[in-house]
Amino acid sequence: MADHYHLLLWCVPLLPLLAGGIIAFLPDAKGRIASKLAIGALFVSCLLALGALGCVLPAGTVRIPAPLTWFTFGDVTLKIGLLLDPLSAGMAAMVTFVALWIFIYSLGYMEKEKRFGRFFGFLSLFCGAMLMVVLSSSLLLLFMAWELVGLASYLLIGFYYEKPSAAAAAQKAFITTRIGDMAFFLGMIWLYGHSGTLLFYDGGNGLLESGALSSLAGATTIGGLTVSAAASLLLLVGAMGKSGQVPLHTWLPDAMEGPTPVSALIHAATMVAAGVFLVARTHPIFSLGGDTGIALTATAWIGAITALYAALVAMAQYDIKRILAYSTVSQLGFMMIALGTGGVAAAMFHLIAHAFFKALLFLSAGSVIHGCHEEQDIRKMGGLRKAMPKTFLVYAIGMMALAGFPFVFSGFWSKEAILHSAEYWPGGKGPFLIAACAALLTAFYMTRQALLVFFGESRSPESHPHESPLVMIVPLFVLAAGAVLLSIIGTPLWPWFEKWIHGEAAVFHAGAFGEKGAIGLLVLSFVIVTVGVGASVAVYRNAMASSDTPDPLCSKLGGFWRFLENAMGFDAFYQKAVINPLAFFAGGIDMLERMIFVPLMGLAEMAIKGCGRITRASDEVGLNKGFDGVCDGLRERADSTSRSQTGSPQGYLRTIGLGVTVLLVLYFWLSAG
Amino acid sequence: MTPAWTLISAFAAALIVLLLPARAAMASRVVALVASIIGAVAAGSACLAKLANPDAAPWSFDREWIPNLGSRFHLAADGLSLTLLFLTGITAIAGVLFSWNIEKRPRAFFAFFMTIIGGVYGVFLSRDAFLLFVFYEIVILPKYMLIAIWGSTNKEYGAMKLTMYSIGASSLILIGLVAAYAAAGATSFDIAHLAAATYPPAMQAWAFPVLFLGFAVLAGIWPFHTWAPTGHVAAPTAASMLLAGVVMKLGAFGALCVAMPLFPQGFEQYKALIAGLAVVGIIYGALTALSQKDLKFIIGYSSVSHMGFILLGLAAANHWGLRGAVLQMISHGIIAGLLFGIAGRVVYERTHTRDLTELGRFDLWKSLPGAALAFTLATAASMGLPGFSGFVAEISVIIGLWQVYPWLTIAVAAGIILTGVFSLRALYRAFFPEREAGAAPPPKLPPLTWPEISAMGLLLAVSIAIGIYPKPWVQLIDDGLRSPLFQSILSLP
Repeated sequence: MADHYHLLLWCVPLLPLLAGGIIAFLPDAKGRIASKLAIGALFVSCLLALGALGCVLPAGTVRIPAPLTWFTFGDVTLKIGLLLDPLSAGMAAMVTFVALWIFIYSLGYMEKEKRFGRFFGFLSLFCGAMLMVVLSSSLLLLFMAWELVGLASYLLIGFYYEKPSAAAAAQKAFITTRIGDMAFFLGMIWLYGHSGTLLFYDGGNGLLESGALSSLAGATTIGGLTVSAAASLLLLVGAMGKSGQVPLHTWLPDAMEGPTPVSALIHAATMVAAGVFLVARTHPIFSLGGDTGIALTATAWIGAITALYAALVAMAQYDIKRILAYSTVSQLGFMMIALGTGGVAAAMFHLIAHAFFKALLFLSAGSVIHGCHEEQDIRKMGGLRKAMPKTFLVYAIGMMALAGFPFVFSGFWSKEAILHSAEYWPGGKGPFLIAACAALLTAFYMTRQALLVFFGESRSPESHPHESPLVMIVPLFVLAAGAVLLSIIGTPLWPWFEKWIHGEAAVFHAGAFGEKGAIGLLVLSFVIVTVGVGASVAVYRNAMASSDTPDPLCSKLGGFWRFLENAMGFDAFYQKAVINPLAFFAGGIDMLERMIFVPLMGLAEMAIKGCGRITRASDEVGLNKGFDGVCDGLRERADSTSRSQTGSPQGYLRTIGLGVTVLLVLYFWLSAG
Repeated sequence: MTPAWTLISAFAAALIVLLLPARAAMASRVVALVASIIGAVAAGSACLAKLANPDAAPWSFDREWIPNLGSRFHLAADGLSLTLLFLTGITAIAGVLFSWNIEKRPRAFFAFFMTIIGGVYGVFLSRDAFLLFVFYEIVILPKYMLIAIWGSTNKEYGAMKLTMYSIGASSLILIGLVAAYAAAGATSFDIAHLAAATYPPAMQAWAFPVLFLGFAVLAGIWPFHTWAPTGHVAAPTAASMLLAGVVMKLGAFGALCVAMPLFPQGFEQYKALIAGLAVVGIIYGALTALSQKDLKFIIGYSSVSHMGFILLGLAAANHWGLRGAVLQMISHGIIAGLLFGIAGRVVYERTHTRDLTELGRFDLWKSLPGAALAFTLATAASMGLPGFSGFVAEISVIIGLWQVYPWLTIAVAAGIILTGVFSLRALYRAFFPEREAGAAPPPKLPPLTWPEISAMGLLLAVSIAIGIYPKPWVQLIDDGLRSPLFQSILSLP
């Protein structure tokens, strides 16, 4: 039984990987078969993941199949394997479920694409790798899958590689996340060097178990930092790269160059959450320094800065997908705040809820883009609620969930949990206040987007938007249902999810709102949303008459607006501070190579040739004279002898006759004597 | 089949090819291919036998050879040699397949080619320092010929530069070996015998750097690396593959199996310097590759960078480091062979340019999609992504390095990031170029041929096999590392 279960668990990531592998060998013309294969594999994988989730639903169940040995030398081994606990099971179920609906949506969205099959191949590859990330039982396998996820993301961002901007975005994403990955890598090596294992749980010897933890907390390194804190900070940098935290966030908005289903799946719902997942998974190491230790404090503050920064920037964007991209960055910041302030369950709840409503938002944005003939600029939209009523409905649900409309949307409860966790953090009120501001801005910019896209009159009268086909609409409704229904498991009344993640059973707690501060926080959340939405409606209602009208805030804020529009100049700064110097430096090294090593070689060559000249001269003067003299003499003598070679038979016979005669005379003379 | 078949098949093929009638192109190809396959199968089956029965005594062959010198014809194959033999066999097969279309004096080409292969097998098998040196020298002349006759771009210069470096390095090796031989009593050249002798520290202090440098030059140690890029660029495809794939590994192998065991105390003094030079090589190679315009130069400098990992593993001098160094020898052998094969044979022979800007005109992802796919995978492998052999090697080296010089790992990580930068740049500019709207449609190129596809598939398959399941390979390498030869190094403080 145990073996079957082990095998089935491996099938969850391996089926999509296998499908991706098979599709790689299918010709482009077999796109339909490829899509069926990909969806079929993911469907089975989704059923298995839901089954696995069912296995760990009873509180406190964790299953760890025996790991495989990947490497072994004497008593040193590197093992990899899978791990099923509430954290991984919840993530796996979410990833497969959301991905399945995004796959189905892509059937419609990518219909006219020539490389339809390849698209599904890359998506399958991505899903397999992502599932490996969440199910891995060792940091090593997690890292390997993490890199593979990055590769798939790279391939998908650059899917339209004939577009220079897409190619550039793909490279930027890959390199930027790779910087984070290398920090992750070093952190992993450090943890291995110290504890001798990379398995999370291994019967008491695992990385996240008491033995290794106390040794990590006990050892100190440079600057009095404990090894656990230093390694946590390195892992955090890795998470920042993947999860688009400031200052490694610049790749994520550019990644919107990929097809919209990719933005929904990879750059909103799953891959970008991998960083959050990593911190959640290794949280026992992070929290070794205490609630206000350097690792958790850094996490909380980086999250807070990112949440506020991205919310500000999102206010001043015009591209429908870029607004959502910055909002993703901002929401990932919220999750980091929760992790830093000790709310692992709050972070994971927000992660899963966010996956649903953000995927929903991206897909409905895709439906809008599709319906508006590939237009992405919200200034050129307007009034779409009449042309696309179904899309409008689901978009409104997603938007309200993200903005945190009270009570019926999952986003409200998850954000509330984060604010709750931040408010009672002993490390200070900073992250809490910043998070509250960012929440207000979120309500503001999402309302702005909804108003400009769906309300008012159309600002591009010549275009004729149309509603999307059913294959795209159905997934939207499923995700919208998820965005609403998920709130059931995360209210303070019945905090099932929070207890479950921590391996406890939840009880219905009718008095939850009566607890200290609970009502106050609810009221605060309510006020935040109302103010944000109200302010936005006041500013943007009837604000944009035509697509040329400047944004009303633009004229009020002036230079600051443009600063926000340019995302506070990070890209320009990196160009000047990193890319240009690197190019200059590389050019310099190349010059060095040409100026020093090549001439050195030339010098050596000249020296050797010079020696050659000298020896040759000595040959000419010293040796050749004598040798040539002998040769000349020989040649002269040869000349005279060769004159007898006349070529005439008579002459030869005559000589032979003469010779024979002489020999005969000699013979007789000698024998007579 | 014993591992001896590797040597026999290679040299026999060289002879047979020469005895064929003039212009027997197809026959010489087939002979070379069959011989390469025999070599690879012999090495591979010996690997499998070793894995199935790890405690069996290793194969060896020991006969009197030059009694006056005390040099014996002593060959032996432990797990480490076997993996390297297998790598050589695989590279040989791929090299022959990538040279399938050679029409210019094919008999001579394949004769030289198989001689190099035979020499390489010989080095990996030799247990006698003098014999090893002889095989080592056998490789040099055919290498020069391959480049000078069948090469391109500045071929006489490249061939001469490479040969001068090789011969200079060989003379250092000879000095080091003779010094050890004399100091150990001038009775035997057997490597185990030489390593067992004790040498005075003062002698080790000069003899180690001489001997090590002799080998390391061929492994492309910075700043003695410049022969490599020019040589690679000038060489015909198969020769670039052999140069980067196996000949550079001869240097690393000699450093690991001769220089370090002979003079462990000398090594102890210099290992920090070696680690430093290796790290400089990693970053320097990557940065130089970043500003090249010729695809083969980029691959050439990336080889310098990747060879740095081997030297780094050697300098770490612990189990992880040495194992990582050998894994990197194999991994880089496969990946460099693949990159050179695609750039030199598949692309250059069709486009007649390797300039990144010029290549942009051909829209290779459209005109040669198979090559673009293979090069993308090879780039991923070269960047050390998990799932490919490079990752296994790099993680081993870095774990080893962490235990000795933890701070250097930061520089190495920076080098890995730079590798990503230059690799993606090359991949994009060569295969996925930006196209102006009104540009002329790309010229039609002949489709991939079967020899090309099989060679690319073979190399990729080996790299992925190691990357996904490294356990058997590591087992074989560790078998070699358990030899008494390395105990003096591994027991260093």
